[in-house]
This record gives sequence, structure tokens and C-alpha cells, in this order.
Amino acid sequence: SPVNGRRVVFSLQLQTVTLIPGDGIGPEISVAVMKIFESAKVPIQWEERNVTAIQGPGGRWMIPPDCKESMDRTLIGLKGPLKTPIAAGHPSMNLLLRKTFDLYANVRPCVSIEGYKTPYTDVDLVTIRENTEGEYSGIEHIIVDGVVQSIKLITEDASRRIAEYAFEYARNNQRNSVTAVHKANIMRMSDGLFLRKCREVAENFKDVKFTEMYLDTVCLNMVQDPTQFDVLVMPNLYGDILSDLCAGLIGGLGVTPSGNIGANGVAIFESVHGTAPDIAGLDMANPTALLLSAVMMLRHMGMHDYGKKIETACFDTIRDKKVLTGDLGGKSKCSEFTEEICRRVRDMD
Amino acid sequence: MNVTAIQGPGGRWMIPPDCKESMDRTLIGLKGPLKTPIAAGHPSMNLLLRKTFDLYANVRPCVSIEGYKTPYTDVDLVTIRENTEGEYSGIEHIIVDGVVQSIKLITEDASRRIAEYAFEYARNNQRNSVTAVHKANIMRMSDGLFLRKCREVAENFKDVKFTEMYLDTVCLNMVQDPTQFDVLVMPNLYGDILSDLCAGLIGGLGVTPSGNIGANGVAIFESVHGTAPDIAGLDMANPTALLLSAVMMLRHMGMHDYGKKIETACFDTIRDKKVLTGDLGGKSKCSEFTEEICRRVRDMD
Repeated sequence: SPVNGRRVVFSLQLQTVTLIPGDGIGPEISVAVMKIFESAKVPIQWEERNVTAIQGPGGRWMIPPDCKESMDRTLIGLKGPLKTPIAAGHPSMNLLLRKTFDLYANVRPCVSIEGYKTPYTDVDLVTIRENTEGEYSGIEHIIVDGVVQSIKLITEDASRRIAEYAFEYARNNQRNSVTAVHKANIMRMSDGLFLRKCREVAENFKDVKFTEMYLDTVCLNMVQDPTQFDVLVMPNLYGDILSDLCAGLIGGLGVTPSGNIGANGVAIFESVHGTAPDIAGLDMANPTALLLSAVMMLRHMGMHDYGKKIETACFDTIRDKKVLTGDLGGKSKCSEFTEEICRRVRDMD
Repeated sequence: MNVTAIQGPGGRWMIPPDCKESMDRTLIGLKGPLKTPIAAGHPSMNLLLRKTFDLYANVRPCVSIEGYKTPYTDVDLVTIRENTEGEYSGIEHIIVDGVVQSIKLITEDASRRIAEYAFEYARNNQRNSVTAVHKANIMRMSDGLFLRKCREVAENFKDVKFTEMYLDTVCLNMVQDPTQFDVLVMPNLYGDILSDLCAGLIGGLGVTPSGNIGANGVAIFESVHGTAPDIAGLDMANPTALLLSAVMMLRHMGMHDYGKKIETACFDTIRDKKVLTGDLGGKSKCSEFTEEICRRVRDMD
């Protein structure tokens, strides 16, 4: 059981992680990750759960109780892509997960992958997005015919919480600086509040450099020289935009890891690409995004050596260009790509 | 013309009457960078201009400049930003201690107006498609209204292809392959972000033209870089952004041949790399760069 809110791991004990394979290519890339973890002898056992929303008493949509129970117990989840439900009234699954576990921070490390060519070679930054409020409050009104308002909410608590997470992350991951991204020149009160909280939290983290930059300036500079950026923290919408922009710099959603941090110690790591129904079940999928998310998960759990080993095997495979899935420019199957990584992992021992 | 704000009767800030009179008469303006005033209470000059002339559309054509190396070679798109409402309404409130709300306003009229401008622009400039950029999956009512207006206007421009794309998807795709984009139309904040993102793709604000279209026929073209006080008066500045904005202005006025001639001379000078200002990687003075373009222009006759 957790001690002081943190899980104590003994080296001989297997830690349980909730695995949500998801839909489409989800199951096969999950299998790939499990195989690679097995090759690396990672002391983890997987507990598979389905997260498809069900209607509880009173018609309220919720995630299945056994999934919630598992996540609340293991505190760590790895999730593949989920298909968008077609049923009327069915909520967004990601939104349901976010609300169920109060996943307030969305974290995306974007690191250039040697061997996977993009116009940029040295990207190494992290976007940390406040994921509960801001422009995505969902509060909209028709004022009069033809005039609509949408409300952006910024609170002191959420701003402080995400700022604290960003500085803790920077410290724990040996990052040099945190940059608050905002438009406080235009949205003086809302972004102004966000910025103030970041400045206050920065005072408690003197070992981390703190800077501020307008969102438009960040975008202008990001595409000219992304190496100037390190950890970026921002409200919801800006995070939505910047995290995808940065994923594009390193090659897209197929190779980008992502983690969601919850308020009660829960952390869910996930690939953010789609379910790719056209290639599902055809052994063509690229498991890199889910694998790198699993590496992020290992680091979060303090298993840095295992994380490094698996990450290196993955990057070496891509750099070598001999065994690549179709989206990476190769002709190999998912299973072949996976086996190549497993081979490298085993050879490291 | 000087556009520095003055205080009129009652203390209301306004642009000088002679500037307003001139713009209302000529309907065409070309503007350089303005310094941010330090005086307390002094409004943003750009905001004042925008409100005075109802400059509702901010237009930025972003075209890769051969010879000015960036990670992208074939950018050729136009961002058209609704510049009067949206997230920049300036309406904010403290709800309770520690909770602030900021209001984004989207109106049918402003959305229809910017959509119409975008499609007219596409048609007049032989562009193939217009893409509405939005987040209507999240902001269903506000961006939903914007999107609906774009769709309605698209019906009257069947010769122009109309598509829709989420803002985050646009950014993801833009940095991987900007050639897939043509004319992009969007509300205020998204336009602020995307127009700067796209300027970055072609080399930054020093080489990016910009135009602001007003409701009563006024159009003001401007460079969007800063005043660069550190090099002011030293014959070191790069006039490209203002020059390309002036070329945009010529095209707006129907003087396409003159626009083409000047633009070609400018691009050829940059491609040749013999006479470049410091920011473009060269050692030439502003006057030398300028004279080189003049020479090429004269040689074209």
C-alpha cells in the first residue's frame, strides 16, 4: 500500500500497471510493448482493463467500475488509442478519464529521433499543459441572435498546481528552465493570474530558470529554432496547440509520447495517435508512440535504467533504418520491428 | 503622416485628425513599425488604428524566399485573421477571489464578413482553396457559429474549394508539410498564433508582409516587425518586410505588373546573395540593398 502517497517499490516485487489496450491498432501495439518489456525483464505485471464508457444508475456515463478500481489501486496506467463513440449522448472517453482521475497535467516530451528525418534535428523540449480549465470549460451562451460567448476560466488553484508540477518536473528531470507561455498582454486578468502564479511558484524553485513568453512569439521562434526551448508550461488551449506543434517538429503523433498526471497520484501514459482502423490487425502498426509513453511511465515510476535501455533500443532500431514500419519509411511488420527492439534489449545484458 | 495618438476633447485618445482625414480620403496606407508608448493610459496604437478604421481582416501571405534558408522551401499560403472580436474582446471579470473569467465573443456578422473576405481574396488571387481553422469540437457554440458562416459563404464560391481543420491538427501538419495549405481563415486568437507560426516558416517578421482590410474600403499595409531602436539611423535595416507589404498594396490596388516587377527584383536580390543586409546573412547597408533592387528594377525595362 502507498506510503506517504508514494508507492514504495522493492526490487523483487512486481509492480502492477493498468493496461488499457484501446481500439483499432491499440491491442497489437500493446502486445508489442509487453513483449519488449518482457525482453528487458522489467519487474512489472500488466492488468488489462477496458475503458469503454457504460451508463450507470440514473443514466450517467462512467468508466467501468473494474477499470476505475484497478487504476485507483495501481495508480499507473498505460493506454492505447480509443475510438470516438458514435452513440448519441456518449461522452468523449478522454474527457471522462480526465474528470474521473482529475488528470490536470498533460505532459509531452518532444525529442528529435535520430534516423527519422524532419526539418529539425535537435528538438528536446517538454510541453506541460493545464488540462482541466481555461478555454475548455465548456461554458457557452447565446447572448442574442447571432452573438455567442464562450467563457475561459482561469483559477488560482489550477494555475498554481500546474506551475508546481512543471517546476517539480524540471527539477526531477534535470531540465534547466521553465517558460510560462501566455497572452497576458491581451488577456490581462485571466492569463495575468496564470502568469502570477507561475512567478510565485518560481520563487520556490530558484534552481530552475524561469522565463515568460507570449504564445505567438513562442510559435514564431519555435519553427525557426526549437532548441531555445526547454520546459514550457501553459493553460489549456495554448497547450493543445503547442503540444501538437511540437509533436509535428519531431515527426508527428506516431512517435510522440504523452503522460497525464492526476491529482491523487494517478498517472496515465498514452499514445496520442488515432486507432488507424485501416491497418488494424494487419501487423503494420508502429508501436513507437506507445513504447515511448511506456518509457515515460518507467521514468515516472523511478525505473530509469529500464527506461533508458528500452528507449535506446528503440532509437537505435530507428537510426539503423534496417527494420522500420511503413510510416517510418520501411517495409517491416510491427512484429518484426518489435522483435528487432527486443533483440537489442537482450543484447544489452 | 504621423499616427501617434493624441488626446482629444474629454481626454479620449485618438489618432491625429489629419492622419484620419488622409486615410479616409486615400483609402490606402502603408505603415512602418510603431513604438509602444510608455505613457500611462496611452492605448495600443495598433488597437486604435484597428478601431478607427474597423480593420477587420489581417492578411499575411507567407511565401518561401529562395535564397533565405529556412527548414522549409515551398511555403505558399495566406493567413486571414478576423481581427475585431473573438478572444480579444477585452471583457474579463473576477468571479470570486482566485477565479477569473475571460469572454470570447463570436458574432454572425463578423464571421460572415471575414469568410466573405477570405473567399473573395482566394478568387481574386487565383488561390485554390480556403480552409476554416477552428476548435468547434470543443467550443461548439462559438467556433461552431464561425464555422457555419464559413460553410454558408462557401456555397456562394463554388469555384473555390472549402475545407475545415482543427487548429491543433493544422499546427501538427503545418510544421511537417506546409505545402498542403493555401488560404486559411480563422477567428482572432488562432489567427494571431498561426500568422506568427507561418511567418516563422519563411524566416520571421523581417521578411513577412501584412495587410489590414477595413470595413469602409480602407486598407493599411504594414511591416509587423519592431522598430529595432538599436540599429535605427545606422543604415543597417532590412526593408524587405515593408517592401513586400507595399507589393501587397500594389496588388490590392490592381497594379499587378508593378507589384510583380518589384517583388521579382527583391527576390532576385536575395537569391543572388551578393548584396544582403545583416539579418539576411550579408554585410551590406540598407541603402546598398535598396540600390541593388532599384538597379534590377531599372534593368527590367
